[in-house]
Amino acid sequence: MSLTEYGLQQLVNALSIGSLYALMAIGLAMVFGILRLINFAHGDLMMVASYSALGLLFFGWPYWIVVPAVVVITALAGILMERIAYRPIRGAPDVAMLLTSFAVTIILENGAVMLVGARSRAFPIPDFLRTVYHLGNLTVASVNVVAILATAVLLVFLTLFVTRTDIGISMRAAADDMTAAQLMGIPINRVIAAAFAIGSGLAAVAGLLWTVKVGKVDPYMGFFPVLKAFVAAVIGGFGTIPGAVVGGFVLGFLEIMFQALLPGEWSAYRDALVFGILIVVLLVRPNGIVGARVREEI
Amino acid sequence: MLDVRNLEVYYGGIRALDGISLHVAEGELVTLIGSNGAGKTTTLRAISGLMRPRSGEIIYDGAPIHALSPYQIVRRGISHCPEGRHIFTNLTVDDNLRLGAVQRRDAAGVRRDRDWVYSLFPVLEERLGQLGGTLSGGEQQMLAIARSLMSQPRLLLLDEPSLGLAPILVDTIFAVLREIKKSGRTILLVEQNAYLALEVADRGYVLETGRLILHDTAQALRTNAQVERSYLGG
Repeated sequence: MSLTEYGLQQLVNALSIGSLYALMAIGLAMVFGILRLINFAHGDLMMVASYSALGLLFFGWPYWIVVPAVVVITALAGILMERIAYRPIRGAPDVAMLLTSFAVTIILENGAVMLVGARSRAFPIPDFLRTVYHLGNLTVASVNVVAILATAVLLVFLTLFVTRTDIGISMRAAADDMTAAQLMGIPINRVIAAAFAIGSGLAAVAGLLWTVKVGKVDPYMGFFPVLKAFVAAVIGGFGTIPGAVVGGFVLGFLEIMFQALLPGEWSAYRDALVFGILIVVLLVRPNGIVGARVREEI
Repeated sequence: MLDVRNLEVYYGGIRALDGISLHVAEGELVTLIGSNGAGKTTTLRAISGLMRPRSGEIIYDGAPIHALSPYQIVRRGISHCPEGRHIFTNLTVDDNLRLGAVQRRDAAGVRRDRDWVYSLFPVLEERLGQLGGTLSGGEQQMLAIARSLMSQPRLLLLDEPSLGLAPILVDTIFAVLREIKKSGRTILLVEQNAYLALEVADRGYVLETGRLILHDTAQALRTNAQVERSYLGG
């Protein structure tokens, strides 16, 4: 295998894992942008999605119905989460909101343990996602291709949504200046619900792709992805959608780069090195890679 | 048109308004004057629904509105252009104006109002693609007023439109206020520049630490000894 081929191989891996981080980071960033809430329970929406899929597949639903159904179920779960847990404490100090999100995480994860048990379950992966393509010396897993393409399509739709539609522009307006957004006659509750629904729908897609990659589901499966997504959102520029996307892909590239370049006996230090670089990034650009603007207070 | 009765508003435990009553008739330009902390901004915030009064009533077109949400109040035809402009700095001028009309469904009327605000502030039409945050202070104030007008208000609440602007821009803003009044819209104006405010207003109310101490026609207030001493630097 030539160096170019090896590079291409790793590029696909990096884009694939970066896609998942980006999808997760977008939901975190949208909610943070509007509410100043770091929603750690966002990761558990992946778990909700995967178990919903498991259940629907168990009842014999075909994949092409299960995927949209799971996106809708997870979006509703996100809306419910906001309505039950976060709306009553809206405007509370940031710490109170953060602690509430930990509480939601604990409730969801332990609820899942009570319902389905703590043991992980095998996830039935459809054949078309098991396929591995061989292009010359390259081997590309179809799940990676699907992850990259799905993310690309979703990003295009998301961009159109937040730049062209009233509700999308209202969402950015609410993140920019909540008082002014209210004075425009924007129904804030509806905008916040929409942000949760969209972020959760993207988390559902990320959750399903993640589950297919690792082949199993368990109640704690959202923990590491949400941490990674949080890091991605912060290095990209927290609270903005472009920042979340850039951060997700940067994190994906760094991880794959170290995985590819580090000798095997160093692999345990991979995350430490990745996070070390991210600390340097934040020292140089405290507002993240995209978030260069400092808000002017009047 | 607007009747405020015995309004009491608190910030936490601190009383900001101590029983304010005022009324604004259709087509009038009424001004609230007073020093910092007198409660002028709080009065506007209560009318537009950003703050809930502890007691008292706000009656608009014969119906109470003090329990409504800001977006419901905007729909009834009250638009609040807040102090400090509060334009959307990360959105384009075009999107800022679009959001001003976000709750309207009459596309033709929205286009007409676009043309009208461009005629009031021609510079905005040249800046449509720019981000709000890149405008100068004066342009941001123009955008804030234009954006408020896009919701097709019958009553415009204007908070400190001249604050921090160069004198020439202050003149522009006040010329536009006269235009808006001429178009038949009603205006409740809060202004630290009492002299200018009383020049354009029909009537005025003077606030001091959350209470109304005076109200009269603008003409009478201009020559009132107390007003002159406290607010006109006379």
